[in-house]
Amino acid sequence: MPSFVSTLAKERTEEAVPAHPPLPARSRLRGWGDWASVAWFLVPALVLFLVFVLAPIVVAVYTGFFKWGGIGPMDDFVGFANYTKLFGDQVFLGDLGRGLYLIVLSITVQLPFALFTAVLLNQRLRGRAVYRMLFFAPYILSEVVTAVLFTMIFLPGAGMADHLAGLLGLEGLQGKWLADPSTVMPTLFVVMIWKYFGFHMMLFLAGLQSIPSEILEAASIDGAGAWQRFRHVTLPLLGPTIRISVFLSIIGSIQLFDLVWVMTAGGPNHSSETMAIAMFQFGFKRYQVGYASAISVVLFMISLVFSLFYQRYVLRRDLSGAVTSGAGR
Amino acid sequence: MNARRTARGLSLHAVVWLIAAFVAVPLLYAVISGFKSTGELTTNPFGLPEQWKTGNYTGILSDGMFWRQIANSAGIAIGTTCCTVAASAMAAFVLARYAFRGRELFYTLFTIGLMFPFAVAVLPLFLMLRTFGLLDNPLGVILPQAAFGLPMTIVILRGFFRTIPAEIEEAATMDGCGKFRFFWKILLPMARPALGTVSVLAVVASWNNFFLPLLVFSDPKWQTIPVGVQQFQGQYSTDFALVLAYIVLAMVPALAFYAVAERQLIGGLTAGATKG
Repeated sequence: MPSFVSTLAKERTEEAVPAHPPLPARSRLRGWGDWASVAWFLVPALVLFLVFVLAPIVVAVYTGFFKWGGIGPMDDFVGFANYTKLFGDQVFLGDLGRGLYLIVLSITVQLPFALFTAVLLNQRLRGRAVYRMLFFAPYILSEVVTAVLFTMIFLPGAGMADHLAGLLGLEGLQGKWLADPSTVMPTLFVVMIWKYFGFHMMLFLAGLQSIPSEILEAASIDGAGAWQRFRHVTLPLLGPTIRISVFLSIIGSIQLFDLVWVMTAGGPNHSSETMAIAMFQFGFKRYQVGYASAISVVLFMISLVFSLFYQRYVLRRDLSGAVTSGAGR
Repeated sequence: MNARRTARGLSLHAVVWLIAAFVAVPLLYAVISGFKSTGELTTNPFGLPEQWKTGNYTGILSDGMFWRQIANSAGIAIGTTCCTVAASAMAAFVLARYAFRGRELFYTLFTIGLMFPFAVAVLPLFLMLRTFGLLDNPLGVILPQAAFGLPMTIVILRGFFRTIPAEIEEAATMDGCGKFRFFWKILLPMARPALGTVSVLAVVASWNNFFLPLLVFSDPKWQTIPVGVQQFQGQYSTDFALVLAYIVLAMVPALAFYAVAERQLIGGLTAGATKG
């Protein structure tokens, strides 16, 4: 029975054993004919990538220097005015703060929860394959479907959440949820956990599978209890997976759009607005395309600086020691 | 000792059940509510329907718009997947198996794409697509989606292509097999599992994309299912039971696909994440 556990385990070993065979010398390119054929193989991907991934970013940087409504000639060059305006805008500074809020909550609440679930499902437990399937299922659903589902659940007066709050004696929450500036962000965060914890749980499970049971047995023989084994063996060995999870959580939190757009569109009164929402509002609703481009560029710079910093200082030790480092970094 | 173990087992199960409820209750709520009328939904939100009404579901299923959106999503997902996998496989092939100057530069260029947020590119992308005349054209969604899928796909495929022994290529070359024939006749068939994995990832990413189809298609005849769900919610915002039935039906293809392709999907995600 090709259960998914054995698949993961198999993939681990496949990854660990053959590493990457050195390139045979005869594959070196000789002459123009070889070069041309290599070029032909690269061209489709390169063109797609340059036109649809890199060029838009160049366009955004350029457009960000203009005051432009999106139609007609782009002739009102304003230099860094869009940026100075941006960083004087309380709402935009709030967007940055909300991004940070989601990042902090993701790392302190969602990832520990996902890790806890992974450890739980890594034990011998009846029906764990079913639980795995179930916990990962929300990740497959589109963000829009998720968003509409929870809009219905949090609907003031009629939704399931209000009734549940009533049963639990939390009448103070009724009617608030997404409708009140003080509760909207925590409510969105609960939906985020529902949607994404299963993904991180899967990453952690794959990481747990790769920890050799001998090490845990050895620790056990040396008298380490369950908590000590987890704290001093499992957690450090899971380090690379955790660092990847943190990276994906942060990038995901910065870019959050679909879920928020469908559930609140940034409201009420900007209290759930994220950077991507602000960009969308200015670019496609208020026709301030130059200004919206500046927001894109700031979002891009934050992601880029963060990614480079993270890869350089946090992931480096994983990459340098890992078997996959042969992939040419 | 035995009693303690039983107690521990029970509490373990209680915790798992609690998490399972957190995940499953919203889904079950939607499925069951779809069988109610909106009036009943507000008076009796939790219980089973007094009378199972199938009208919400059958009404949507007999609506051409729903099927049209499913077909659009499917067509765009297939188009995106073909473009991504074909372009990535070719690039990954030379990046994995030939030593040439600038190879690592190209590879790094593609991997940089892993950290580009789609949200950043979407506004200028829209302006470019407008200039190219690709609005209200499926290619306006397929090509950018394929481009954004390249980095992950190339990383996974390159890793896999490297594991295919060089001796096979040498033998093929001795028998007079050129680069292209080796790629097409030997490498790709051998790489079928990896190609399956990246295809599944591409299908799911395309199926769930909302931002780009929302912007590119203003004509309802091109709407994909996520955009359709949002429109439907706006249109029937007071008929909660009907909206819930719509999203339940919109979930079905994704969950069915997940049930079939679970192994490839999870294998790909974990491989992609740890290698990325």
